[in-house]
Amino acid sequence: MSDSNTPPKGLQERLERNIWGMLIVVAIVLSVGGIVEIVPLFYLKSTEEANRFPEIVWNKENPGAEPIVTVNAEGKEQWNWQPGDGVRPYTALELAGRDIYQREGCYLCHSQMVRPFRDERERYGHYSLASESMFDHPFQWGSKRTGPDMARLGGKYSDEWHRQHLVDPRSVVPESVMPAYPWLQDRMVKGKRMQRHMRGLRAIGVPYNDADIENAPALVEGKTEMDAMIAYLQVLGIMAKLEPGVDYRQ
Amino acid sequence: MEATADRLAEQKYSFDVVRWFTIMAVVYLVVGAAVGVYIASELAWPFLNFDSPYLSFGRLRPVHTNAVIFAFGGCTLMGTAFYTVQRTCGVRIWSEKLAWFTFWGWNAVIVLAVLTLPLGLTQSKEYAELEWPIDILIAVVWLAFTANFVMTIAIRKTSHIYVSNWFFLGMMVMIVYLHVVNSLSIPVGLFKSYSIFSGVQDAMIQWWWGHNAVGFYLTAGFLGIMYYFVPKQANRPVYSYRLSVIHFWALMFGYVWLGAHHLQYTALPDWTGSLGAAVSLAMIIPSWGGAVNGMMTLSGAWDKLRTDYVLRFLIIALAFYAMSTFEGPVMSLKTVNALSHYTDWTIGHVHSGALGWVAGISIGAIYHLMTRLWHTEMWSESLVNVHFWTATIGTVIYVVAMWVSGIMQGLMWRAYDEYGTLAYTFVESVAAMHPYYAMRAVGGGIFLLGAVIMLFNILMTVRKASVQGSLREARASGLTPAAA
Repeated sequence: MSDSNTPPKGLQERLERNIWGMLIVVAIVLSVGGIVEIVPLFYLKSTEEANRFPEIVWNKENPGAEPIVTVNAEGKEQWNWQPGDGVRPYTALELAGRDIYQREGCYLCHSQMVRPFRDERERYGHYSLASESMFDHPFQWGSKRTGPDMARLGGKYSDEWHRQHLVDPRSVVPESVMPAYPWLQDRMVKGKRMQRHMRGLRAIGVPYNDADIENAPALVEGKTEMDAMIAYLQVLGIMAKLEPGVDYRQ
Repeated sequence: MEATADRLAEQKYSFDVVRWFTIMAVVYLVVGAAVGVYIASELAWPFLNFDSPYLSFGRLRPVHTNAVIFAFGGCTLMGTAFYTVQRTCGVRIWSEKLAWFTFWGWNAVIVLAVLTLPLGLTQSKEYAELEWPIDILIAVVWLAFTANFVMTIAIRKTSHIYVSNWFFLGMMVMIVYLHVVNSLSIPVGLFKSYSIFSGVQDAMIQWWWGHNAVGFYLTAGFLGIMYYFVPKQANRPVYSYRLSVIHFWALMFGYVWLGAHHLQYTALPDWTGSLGAAVSLAMIIPSWGGAVNGMMTLSGAWDKLRTDYVLRFLIIALAFYAMSTFEGPVMSLKTVNALSHYTDWTIGHVHSGALGWVAGISIGAIYHLMTRLWHTEMWSESLVNVHFWTATIGTVIYVVAMWVSGIMQGLMWRAYDEYGTLAYTFVESVAAMHPYYAMRAVGGGIFLLGAVIMLFNILMTVRKASVQGSLREARASGLTPAAA
């Protein structure tokens, strides 16, 4: 190797003798892979299936035009959305459940992503679409199935089953290794906090209607974290109606 | 000779902060491994969750990953980077104040992580769970670390930048990119925020972070350690300069693409996953280039493995590195991934890298540092050897348990009986895992035992150095002309 008095031979040696040159070249080389793989996902139309199948998303043409659910003076809920109407933002109660799902680290043992295989279709249901998690900040696809996939859990078990299972998993599934979550029954969901969370999500593009946020305290009034968790689990995978035999993904 | 050089180095360089990072790294190794053994036991014996929110698996698992990656791995990286950059540049660290800020700032991050994660304060992105105020602190401390490192190179006395420092530099820059982009979120409370990305884009960005936390933090950084400590401990020059140049640039360019292989067959577009898998396969070449370069540094000195326990750690680490970097590309192949994804095989793969490679190379480097920084021999050489065997045996038991359980899970989930219906319910696969989960906890426990032995041994070495006054002597010796 030459010492500092001889002129450098070639680019590599130039860089080995110049930290600023090295820093800049390394910074450029490191940026390529991420840019190529990530940036197109934001603009390629084929990434979101809803661009080809607008019916997957509720009010696709006019997002946030009407509230998902309102509560009248007598405390009765009025739903503008029905299961199968399409993917929509989470209600205040479901969002509270989702916050708890994140808090308790459920995603570490449960995936929410059904792959297009025969066994997964039979075990869980239709394969998951990208547009089904378009309002999921952050995504909850998971990376491990210590327990089963949750992407199509909604409607498979009764609310009562979930309650029992969350309080004492081994009382309903003896072989289960899931922790128990009895504390969810003792904690209440806070309306003001949910409004703050919904406003935050709206600021980053989740199309909540003003009434969705206004109604949040009435919707979660008297509800425990257990109720919220169950509301979230029961809406997983039932928002969009997916037809068998349709090629949603190319 | 070596001892004289180390005494002179003590005068010339700033090693106090390196000593603190070194000790804390071992403390966090014990803590991180202990939490790991505990949560592994929870999966085998779920009563250990004790129906307590603060002990439940979902909240403790991030404590384990953050403790081993950021506390143990981070202290090791920062300590060795400050040590290596001074010795290979021939200058004192650019700013001692900034180095101490890095030490206290990083430890503050660790304490905040230990406090917030069991409380359930999390962004729920794997290995990036910490909430936004802590994320900001991480960014500040990391930039201080990077700036100090770069400036020390800028004021160096040597003409060329040594290869270790290239790898450290690559890691630092990439972690800035990854941490900043992946942590972008909108705060909705002091300790609650939502990622500004959603769904498929968020998934890709998370695994771009996730795999490069492995590829840069846990690989490039530790290759920097390898390129300094293996030649030093073996007392031989690096096998091939040319190989290290190719290895470096291929790794810098290639590793960044791999994240997409975590999302094969998901709702991520096929082109992205396939691109990630193709580059993953190509990465065998630079990875093995590095492993060969490290191992062949021993050519002509293989006999040292018989007597030098520290060298054993460094070389077995390279063997695990070679194995993991072969296994990884295999697992990224679509047909293999269809089976291995979502199973314990992934956990086994991670731990052959984490326990075998990362911990192995770190432990070797730390034992090397102990004798240089405290100017004495280890309190017990034979305990280093006991540690070597517990670490190796523990790792092998762990990895084998996860291989078997992972492949079994994958096969049970897709098995059909003769009537064309699914052969097993999900919970039958859970029940079948029990013996392997118990075996994993035992393997982890053996590894933990080795870590405890290490902590005891290094604390006794520090005490011995204090009794002998070897460090005081080294600090003072340069003041008299006789020592020069």
